Amino acid sequence: MIGAIILRDLGRAFRSGGAWLPLAFLLLIAALFPFAVGPNATLLAQTGGGLLWIAALLASLLPIDRLIEPDRESGVIDQLVLRGAGEGSIVLAKGIAHWLSFGPPLLVAALPAGALLKLAPETLQTVMIGLALGTPGLAALAILVAALTAGLRGSGALTGLLVLPLAVPILIFGAGALQFGGGSALKMVAACSLFLCVAAPIAGGAALRAGRE
Amino acid sequence: MSDAMLLLEGLACVRGGRMLFAGLDLALAAGGSAQIAGPNGVGKSSLLRIVAGLLRPYAGTVRCEGAVALTDELDALDRERTVRQALTFWARIDEAPAERIDAALADLRIAHLADIPVRMLSTGQRKRAALARTLVTAAPVWLLDEPANGLDVESAAALGALVDRHRAAGGIVLAASHLPLAWAQDLTIELRAPRDAGEAP
Repeated sequence: MIGAIILRDLGRAFRSGGAWLPLAFLLLIAALFPFAVGPNATLLAQTGGGLLWIAALLASLLPIDRLIEPDRESGVIDQLVLRGAGEGSIVLAKGIAHWLSFGPPLLVAALPAGALLKLAPETLQTVMIGLALGTPGLAALAILVAALTAGLRGSGALTGLLVLPLAVPILIFGAGALQFGGGSALKMVAACSLFLCVAAPIAGGAALRAGRE
Repeated sequence: MSDAMLLLEGLACVRGGRMLFAGLDLALAAGGSAQIAGPNGVGKSSLLRIVAGLLRPYAGTVRCEGAVALTDELDALDRERTVRQALTFWARIDEAPAERIDAALADLRIAHLADIPVRMLSTGQRKRAALARTLVTAAPVWLLDEPANGLDVESAAALGALVDRHRAAGGIVLAASHLPLAWAQDLTIELRAPRDAGEAP
């Protein structure tokens, strides 16, 4: 059942903009950034890694209001629960589908974006490893907040307010890995990510259950 | 399918701090059908959701043998997919064979709409597509919330025939409707208008 939900959500994500959306988003930010701070290669190389992290965070937020709410509103979640799917499994499946729809495209886009920002190869490598470890955590956070805010009116601004502070640890360690050369900071990214991936289905499932009452 | 049964004992429902109904008993054996009648807001849909396990009853127990299919005002079909694709998702979840989709579409006389996106359907057509989803599920216990809403006369008659067929095969039908339904009921439960607030904690 989880597989069927993942396939369906992936199909929905790809039909509504698809893998190109996060890819184009990251490239656009990387292309616009030099206009904003000036074409100083040293400055770009110093700040570019952090910029990729911010872009990844925002890319995980882009579809957040389409993750849970439409399915709650149209009764899909009710029907899945009726067929014996646990709310936690639904959130897990949707989280995996969300990650697949933006994580891998983002990693691909990080290569040309790194070139645009004149990142050193070793910096880019650290960013890529960090993003590979951190984006599952960002996806879990996004799906958790989507589950928490499903059914609220005007939740768009609220989701941003909820996600951004909670994403701070991943961001700190992910960007910190660039300054202190990876290693322990990347392990902390992985730890934060792991925690969020475990907590999101449990807390998000409870939120869906509570929202039904 | 013939060992399906539904037993409600002393069900009570509280919504928004107000007791909607209490002490509701109902027993349906295989082939049985019942209508829950009553004015709007009296708790008909809540009762169906309690039976489906989507709401917790305030008191009482639900015993149900056999899988449950709920058709309410939410069709749970992807707007941007075609009717067939949307139903295929549910068939996959239910591990139902694909032929059952065609049979269900034909039963509800919407086979010609199979390749139309769900968002293009009219209210009645969408209702029939949601009923097709219930047919595909092939669950013995049907919970129908205002099944005749939006249906034209012929479709309502077709639904009546489907319900009769389902009951003949040992299925159970529990329908909530404020209007008379197109099929014979074993019993009708009349929910009364909610009493004043203050009875429930």
